[in-house]
Amino acid sequence: MKKHLNTLFVTTQGAYLAKEGETVAVRIEGKVRLRLPVHTLDGIVCFGNVGCSPFLLGFCGERNLTVSFLTEYGRFLARVQGPVSGNVILRREQYRRADDLDFSARMARAFINGKVANCRALLNRTVRDHGDRLDSEAVGDAANHLTGLLKSLGRGRPLEEVRGTEGDGAHVYFSVFDHLIIRNKEDFFFHRRSRRPPLDRVNCLLSFLYTLVMHDVRSALECTGLDPAVGFLHRDRPGRSGLALDMMEEFRPLADRLTLSLINRGQLQAKDFVVSEGGGVRMKDKARKTLLTAYQERKQDVLLHPFLEEKMPLGLFFHTQALLLARFLRGDLDGYPPMIWR
Amino acid sequence: MYTEDDLLMLSALQHLLFCPRQCALIHLEQAWTENRFTAEGRVLHERVHTAATDSRCTVRVEYDMPLRSLRLGLSGRADIVEMHQQEDSSWLPFPVEYKRGRPKKDDTDRVQLCAQALCLEEMLDCTVPEGALYYGQKNRRTPVQFDDRLRRVTEEAAGRLHELLSGTVTPAPEYSRRCESCSFIDTCLPRTAGKKNQVRNYMTRMTQS
Repeated sequence: MKKHLNTLFVTTQGAYLAKEGETVAVRIEGKVRLRLPVHTLDGIVCFGNVGCSPFLLGFCGERNLTVSFLTEYGRFLARVQGPVSGNVILRREQYRRADDLDFSARMARAFINGKVANCRALLNRTVRDHGDRLDSEAVGDAANHLTGLLKSLGRGRPLEEVRGTEGDGAHVYFSVFDHLIIRNKEDFFFHRRSRRPPLDRVNCLLSFLYTLVMHDVRSALECTGLDPAVGFLHRDRPGRSGLALDMMEEFRPLADRLTLSLINRGQLQAKDFVVSEGGGVRMKDKARKTLLTAYQERKQDVLLHPFLEEKMPLGLFFHTQALLLARFLRGDLDGYPPMIWR
Repeated sequence: MYTEDDLLMLSALQHLLFCPRQCALIHLEQAWTENRFTAEGRVLHERVHTAATDSRCTVRVEYDMPLRSLRLGLSGRADIVEMHQQEDSSWLPFPVEYKRGRPKKDDTDRVQLCAQALCLEEMLDCTVPEGALYYGQKNRRTPVQFDDRLRRVTEEAAGRLHELLSGTVTPAPEYSRRCESCSFIDTCLPRTAGKKNQVRNYMTRMTQS
């Protein structure tokens, strides 16, 4: 059984990681502050000015641990990874299928189905839990609109139309997203999605969490032997992880939900953020730590996988979805079942 | 006769006999999943393989000996090959393979050992009548005779192995009780994969309500 293991996030600037026996030692100002046995980890993510000994990198490669380097603010820079896993037969099949536009549309429908259904679930759930504290009519209407979009995503819809539906869905969903924020509304609000840079605190949180999910989805695809760069909905563009973006669609509402609960439980405050001259919003160190911890904890939650009907930690869902995609491409399943939660 | 390029891993025979889909997952799809059983096996083998050659008067022992057969198209390693000195002072090879657990009812372990014997016969131009399996849990050797039946089963398995691994198709799963002990159960998805309309029904259930 593949185990859900921890990811080590290192955010302390100036930290240095080295191998000590079978452990990773985190040194800060020359002192070892933390030692973690390697077999409890499935990846290391370094933010900003964090160093790694070459020997540790080699060791991680051998043990199938990916080490990623991100800027202090979470933009992906590089990663070090062991030998390419999986097989050429699967990847060839993936490339052949990605060249087939009808098949690509079919895959795109599955991913978007997953995303829209999960957005709808998030809306419905918020109405159920906090209906008295928000405009439940507006949110309910949006959920119904999404139901209509799901019905329209029937068989045979070409890629362009699927993209259109996705756009409509995102518009409807984000148009009521502000209603879902029910605490500290003067500090946390959402008008529209902004990314480069995020122009408010909510967008800042969303972007950062999407980066984390992206990291996990990409590792899961690589682990299964799929090429994260060759997508179906997201067509090839140099430097873009098309398939990882495809598979991320169904997981986005997960990040949205975590963002909302961090705000609505008051775990993050306005003072945890910095607004720069141009209006771009960044998290302070403490906020980043809160968010990383919350994300790690969320991944430990055991849920029923809706398609396999087996209980597993949420963190394993990325891997399971990659596996189901591989099984579909290899002809063992009659379609790709996106992860849809109720 | 096969060429060196065609040689397949001797250990794949065992995978094939256990389950053709498992064999394809390992050798075609290059998926490898470790579980408790495979980890125990690996540790046991590491221990066997770190021992150096030692020799007693009439028995010479080779550890981790490379083997191949161009006739069967297989190559691999033997945990241990003992060379027993005969009365006419020639040396007779006697392969010993280490296995975790206890003796199995089926032929899988015996076939792997027999394939090693066939390799030895081809490489050393001799006849290998007998070898042994050492089971970790029993802590003792079980002798294995390489009789005509076992040789036939082994040769036939080697042929099927080449057929399976020269293609690109992974056989569909068939769920059975032994799937539960297989380290590939989570990759293989024997209860889900290969069923008709599973995903279509799931999608209808999850989105159209």
